[in-house]
Amino acid sequence: MTRAALAILRKDLLVERRTRESVPAMALFSVTVLVLFHFALDRDSLDGALASGVLWVTLLLAAVLGVGRLFASEREEGGMDGILLAPIDRTAVWVAKALALLAYLVVVEVVAVPVFALLLLGPDLVPALPALVVTLVLADVGLAAVGALVAALAAESRARELVATLLFLPLVVPAAVAATAATEPLFAGAQTAAGSGRWLVFLAVYAVLFVLLSVVVLDYLQED
Amino acid sequence: MPALPLGEAGLYVAAAFAVVAVLVLVYVAIIGSKIARIERDLGALTDSLEGHAGAGVPTRPTV
Amino acid sequence: MFGRGLVTLALITAAAVGLALGMVFLYAPLDADQGFVQKIFYLHVPLALVALAGFVAAGVMGALHLRSGDSAWDLRSYVAIHLSTILGVGVLVTGAIWARASWGHWWVWSEPTLVAFLIVFLLYAVYPMLRFSIEDPGRQGRYASVFAVAAGAFVPLNFAIVRSAESLTHPQVFSTTGSGMPAEMLATFLASMVAMALLYATLWKLELTAKHASEQLRRLRRRAERRAGESVAPRPGGGASAGSSRTGAPALSGTAYAAPRGGR
Repeated sequence: MTRAALAILRKDLLVERRTRESVPAMALFSVTVLVLFHFALDRDSLDGALASGVLWVTLLLAAVLGVGRLFASEREEGGMDGILLAPIDRTAVWVAKALALLAYLVVVEVVAVPVFALLLLGPDLVPALPALVVTLVLADVGLAAVGALVAALAAESRARELVATLLFLPLVVPAAVAATAATEPLFAGAQTAAGSGRWLVFLAVYAVLFVLLSVVVLDYLQED
Repeated sequence: MPALPLGEAGLYVAAAFAVVAVLVLVYVAIIGSKIARIERDLGALTDSLEGHAGAGVPTRPTV
Repeated sequence: MFGRGLVTLALITAAAVGLALGMVFLYAPLDADQGFVQKIFYLHVPLALVALAGFVAAGVMGALHLRSGDSAWDLRSYVAIHLSTILGVGVLVTGAIWARASWGHWWVWSEPTLVAFLIVFLLYAVYPMLRFSIEDPGRQGRYASVFAVAAGAFVPLNFAIVRSAESLTHPQVFSTTGSGMPAEMLATFLASMVAMALLYATLWKLELTAKHASEQLRRLRRRAERRAGESVAPRPGGGASAGSSRTGAPALSGTAYAAPRGGR
């Protein structure tokens, strides 16, 4: 299974590197959304809960974009039937897609977070960075797991991207709640991660739950 | 907020119960329409099968 | 098969509902803070709990479908989700009415259970869209069951996190219904819970029976049509009709519910 998963992952990352469709789009989208927030909220600088919320909504929307694109290369080049009919574990496909989405999210955050700090964040970002990175990584794992699961669920549906998006957003609400709560003290000027512990634990539990769920359940989609 | 006077409160309570009652009845109505369709289709199927075998027009009791 | 015991169940439900209504309006004492409005609680909370239990049960049924391949479990799961979603509308509306009557707003974010329910509702509202956009019936059932399992696991997780988050910013307003409820209120609440659970079971069984009958009729009709076709032009080999899986999965069409729900 690992070989199949890695093969698909390599293919996805190669395609992405050559076509540069998903990641730049997600990054650009994030920056645009941040600008939108400035105008929508009519604020020059944000801190605390508001800053936390704006950052995570932006990242979540970028993730939605990524989820929609997850099976794009299969759809456009007709590899979808190949992937679905080949004797590969559905779980292997999921692993590959989840890792790809994780990679995309990390790259997008490398762009979006500094831009956010530049455009909208009031307090200084640098002292908060270690805790923020931990939160981002934990949340990303959960988001990637859910995103790949949802993309797999929607794969055979006629209204693929619509269904994937609509499934993704409610499912990630708990992660959004925990992530925003975890980063709120970081952006409040106090920069201590006090109290963030339980939210980080929750993010970890969330990630583990959806990884386990996906691994257990996806094999039943196999056509034999 | 202080408790509403009985009259006004009664309206809200009645509205809430009414909403649920209506929902349940609409649900039953939907299933009722499905049953009606089953009866219709079953009748058509019976007709076509009995017509095929050459039997006469079956009399169906109407309720 | 599904309809066995339906009449008995319905009669018991009617009795339970009658008893519960009687207790709510004649037996339970008036709440000191909220007055008569508090009576909605006996409707809204059991409705919510039963709907949620239905969602989780649908997940279990979906898992059973995936493991056994028996499409009857898929049908049970589908009906449970369908019923819970419709009752979910009732939960949100009664919740809004209660909020309006208690706090003056049609919606309050400080009620974590209501907020968590909204999220769950938004998730399950996608189920018909997912289900009916997959054409192959066997596949449709499998994907629907995977969704049911994932969403069913999501329900408790979601409630845990939303309650956890809200309790930090807002005091638990639900506490009026939690600790310190007088015995009469508790008894009335339990009676309401039983009545609501029975009502759910009755409606679920009712729809199951109707859907199952409709599926069998469809299969019968297809067989009759094929036989009629064969008597005209004999065809070699029978075989299952196209599109049905090994286990004879029923092709659940969206048309039955398309009209009242505004179509897909």
